[in-house]
Amino acid sequence: MSTFPLLQPASPEAEAIFELFITVVLISLGIFVVVTGLIVIALWRGKAKADTPKQEFGSSKSEIFWMTGPILILVWIFVITTKLILTTNAVPKIQPTDSTHELELHVTGHQWWWEIQYGDSSIVGANEIHLPTGKRIRVKIESADVIHSFWIPQLARKMDAIPGHPNYIWLEATKEGVYEGRCAEYCGTQHTWMKFKVFVTSPEEYEKWKQEATAADKTTAQQVAKTAPDGKDASSSGAKLSTKEAGKAIFLSEGCINCHALEGLSTPSIGPSLTRISDRAIIGAGVLKNSQENLGRWLKDPQTYKPGCKMPDFNLTDEQVKQLVTFLWSP
Amino acid sequence: MLQPDSLGADSRRNLFSWICSVDHKRIGIMYMLLAVFFLLVGGVEALLIRAQLAVPKNDLVSPQMFNQLFTLHGTTMVFLVGMPVFTGFSNFIVPLMIGAKDVAFPRLNAMSFWMLPFGATLLYFSFFTGSAPDAGWFSYAPLSTKPFSSLPGVDYWIIGLAVMGIGSISGAINIVATVMCCRAPGMSLQRVPLFVWIMFMQAILIVITIPPLNSAISMLLIDRMLGAAFFEPARGGSALLWQHFFWMFGHPEVYVFALPAFAIVSEVIPVFSRKPIYGYAFVAGSSTIIVLLSYTVWAHHMFAVGLGMGPNIFFAAATLLIALPTGVKIFNWTATLWGGSIRFTTAMLFAIAFLIQFVVGGLTGIMFATVPVDWQLTDTYFVVAHFHYVLVGGIVFSLFAATFYWFPKISGRMLNEKLGKLQFWLWLIGFNATFGIQHLLGLMGMPRRVYTYDDNPGWALCNGISSAGAVFMAAGTLVLVWNILKSMKSGAVAGNNPWEGFTLEWATTSPPPLENFKELPEIKSRRPVWDADHPDLADWKSEKTPEDRGHRPAGAKVAAWSFVISEAIFFILLLVSYVVFNSGDEIEGPTSETALDVSRTGFFTLILLSSSLTFWIAERCLRRDKIGGFKLWLGLTILLGCVFIGGQVWEYSGLISNGITVNRNLFASTFFTVTGFHGLHVTGGIIVLGIMYMLGRLGYLTSKRTHVFAAVGVYWHFVDVVWIAVFSIIYLDVFK
Repeated sequence: MSTFPLLQPASPEAEAIFELFITVVLISLGIFVVVTGLIVIALWRGKAKADTPKQEFGSSKSEIFWMTGPILILVWIFVITTKLILTTNAVPKIQPTDSTHELELHVTGHQWWWEIQYGDSSIVGANEIHLPTGKRIRVKIESADVIHSFWIPQLARKMDAIPGHPNYIWLEATKEGVYEGRCAEYCGTQHTWMKFKVFVTSPEEYEKWKQEATAADKTTAQQVAKTAPDGKDASSSGAKLSTKEAGKAIFLSEGCINCHALEGLSTPSIGPSLTRISDRAIIGAGVLKNSQENLGRWLKDPQTYKPGCKMPDFNLTDEQVKQLVTFLWSP
Repeated sequence: MLQPDSLGADSRRNLFSWICSVDHKRIGIMYMLLAVFFLLVGGVEALLIRAQLAVPKNDLVSPQMFNQLFTLHGTTMVFLVGMPVFTGFSNFIVPLMIGAKDVAFPRLNAMSFWMLPFGATLLYFSFFTGSAPDAGWFSYAPLSTKPFSSLPGVDYWIIGLAVMGIGSISGAINIVATVMCCRAPGMSLQRVPLFVWIMFMQAILIVITIPPLNSAISMLLIDRMLGAAFFEPARGGSALLWQHFFWMFGHPEVYVFALPAFAIVSEVIPVFSRKPIYGYAFVAGSSTIIVLLSYTVWAHHMFAVGLGMGPNIFFAAATLLIALPTGVKIFNWTATLWGGSIRFTTAMLFAIAFLIQFVVGGLTGIMFATVPVDWQLTDTYFVVAHFHYVLVGGIVFSLFAATFYWFPKISGRMLNEKLGKLQFWLWLIGFNATFGIQHLLGLMGMPRRVYTYDDNPGWALCNGISSAGAVFMAAGTLVLVWNILKSMKSGAVAGNNPWEGFTLEWATTSPPPLENFKELPEIKSRRPVWDADHPDLADWKSEKTPEDRGHRPAGAKVAAWSFVISEAIFFILLLVSYVVFNSGDEIEGPTSETALDVSRTGFFTLILLSSSLTFWIAERCLRRDKIGGFKLWLGLTILLGCVFIGGQVWEYSGLISNGITVNRNLFASTFFTVTGFHGLHVTGGIIVLGIMYMLGRLGYLTSKRTHVFAAVGVYWHFVDVVWIAVFSIIYLDVFK
């Protein structure tokens, strides 16, 4: 990850914004040096004087003279600003149909995680986006609750996710790599941990990922269906179950099923989907790195790691946590 | 009211005499003390924020606590430090500078002040309920609506702000009336010191900029308390409407703070350069232009909400444009320094630091006007750095300049310059360390309003430096408090004019007596005290200024017109929300066509309008001293007003019995909000008319004392005009 993401653009749009930024910074530095220089010279010249200086009241001529420069500079800035607004951000309300655009992304902000849907597959993800290089992707940004803001500094502009007001941006990555994204608009208690990761790969690898993920979704559904218990009353016979089966019983009985989607079992999106969770890089929208141990820690006490998040503490025993992790890791 | 009210008198020790005071100087001091107290409160909140962020993954405060801290830090610094401190200086200095005995309405002045501690108590009382507001000082909907903020913190925030807003508007109306009506003979409006002119502009700006906030918080309160859905998208409301209304207030509010800073340095820099301000007309005129333009730039806070290209380009242009009148000032201040003989007093040092730091804040502001750059940098620490360079590096530094410059006049004693310079360097280093480094944090991608962060490369170091700087500022503030306490006791005696100042406040004793001036010097230019001290170099010999033609309007009328303009903006925004929510076809449930009886309300409209006519006749009677006719026609006016209210009660009860209440749908919400607020205004008007009737009966109103009655007339006719707009838009659907 880069130290100065705003200065290390990895898409044509971010590149253009970066260049505009540098231009304006240089102009500003110039103005700053001139103005400060004049002030310092005036102070230097006036510091030792004790007599009454000439009483000047001003002249319109000099006012007009010295405002010409700033006016020209502002016109210049306005022109380059407008040019960039018009050229790189033609509002993508309609999805183009040519092959470079076929992928569409649908992003929904939730308190406090991101739901990701892909237009070219049935894959639903959370807090992770997979992209191929060289495609200009239209992103539809929505919110399920309050205002969020979708931001990947190295790839695209910020765009707010506003309930009842869908927004669209273009997303394009030129270089493969992992990019950081996050919510940039204050959205309540856990605004801090509302991050996501963007995995940019070559189009071939992206296709491969897509097929594998779709296949994994199917497998998950089949596996989940096969794993006993398959009835809601199964928790009563928990003693005879394997670890994984016990995990499924907990998933059903403790209420995980009410908020989280799991392929073949449940569909709600109050919390992130748990399908293919073993593939994820982060837990809790960035608060922990994903691993079986950390997933266990999270399930044991989510409110310690992300105080105020919507997931309550279920007071699971260590044994139950182990069973649930086993089930979720490979259902 | 209590009598000997001079600051030097024995009554100084008597707390009760302060509470009851209507003297502008004492009220000004109370404003400043309140501001200092809340500067310390808001400062402690800031220190806690910086302590939490000093190291990565810190858990000094909980996330909820952190969110409450930054919400209260912003709210406190804006409403309980920025607003009162400048109103305080305005209160103390403006009447002195124009050679007046007091402000136009001393008792209103006291009321304006006391609204503030009242509002502040409401705001901070939320702590005792266990839920201080935590939706940010901007309270973006729908986060601030009931489904997402169910605890009462936001309600306290709304009501506290409403109370403080009343105080701010009435205080500002007072300053407007004072400048227009109370200037000493000889002081034409073009001869007032720049401080007075710019504070006059600032007061006008307060009058027109608080109403959008009032509209917004009224609607939010109706959402939260009565179940309407103005700002709940899930029920048809609009999340963006809140932002529009809030920033229509919020951006001009920035100039409510920036203008006083301009006003202060426009006095301090000339005096310590021993020169008049360069380009008076340009500094004054550019301030007026800022007032006008400040209303056209609000949406630059919303470049990332997806407004579309047209609005983005328009607001970029307007924002770049408003940089020009500010740039004009920077050049004029520099030209004032140029060729001057500079005295590096503490006040001057702060003014110079203001100049340079404000330029930095202005230049980063231009970066944000560059819309695509804003798309990247907004809501990062870059924007935190930007506006703290404006608000702290600019405005707080100017405030310190004002403190050192006017403390001798206010207290009669000098502040210690050595301690002053120590404070200056502590603040200069601390401020630039804290906020300078935040530009880098922004470029590193650190967002605002996060209670902690990962240990990314460089983040810990930069945040550490930022937090360390805060300690310097805190130390500097303690030095100031110590300096004030010490100087009050044993500071050098100031004398009338310790700085060789130019303007009238330096022509009287320090502190000034109750009636401000024993005698006034002749006012023939913008610098009467300079003229008196340098007869052969007097300004009026070389620089002609327009003569005073002696015109001073009646204070009551000026106040009434200012109030009416303020209220008009409030109603316009409520009506805008009506049009926004009722222009679509897809409204479910009752609409204006199905629910309202146009002809019946039309009848009551005629009743209300005829009350304007009867009022006008009553006023004519009063002018001609026909008290009998006056009472008759005024009584009829009151009766017509009551009939109108009766009609409204009839209409409401019909609607309510049909199940149409404020929470039914957006038509009902907007209908009840608009007509309800209008009804309240009519009711208030009836009460005032009743008071006038009593005064008439008791013989207080005569043909020589019609000003107040005429002022009430401005209000009463205004209420009728508002109803014409309400009737056309809601009942006649002119926008459909």
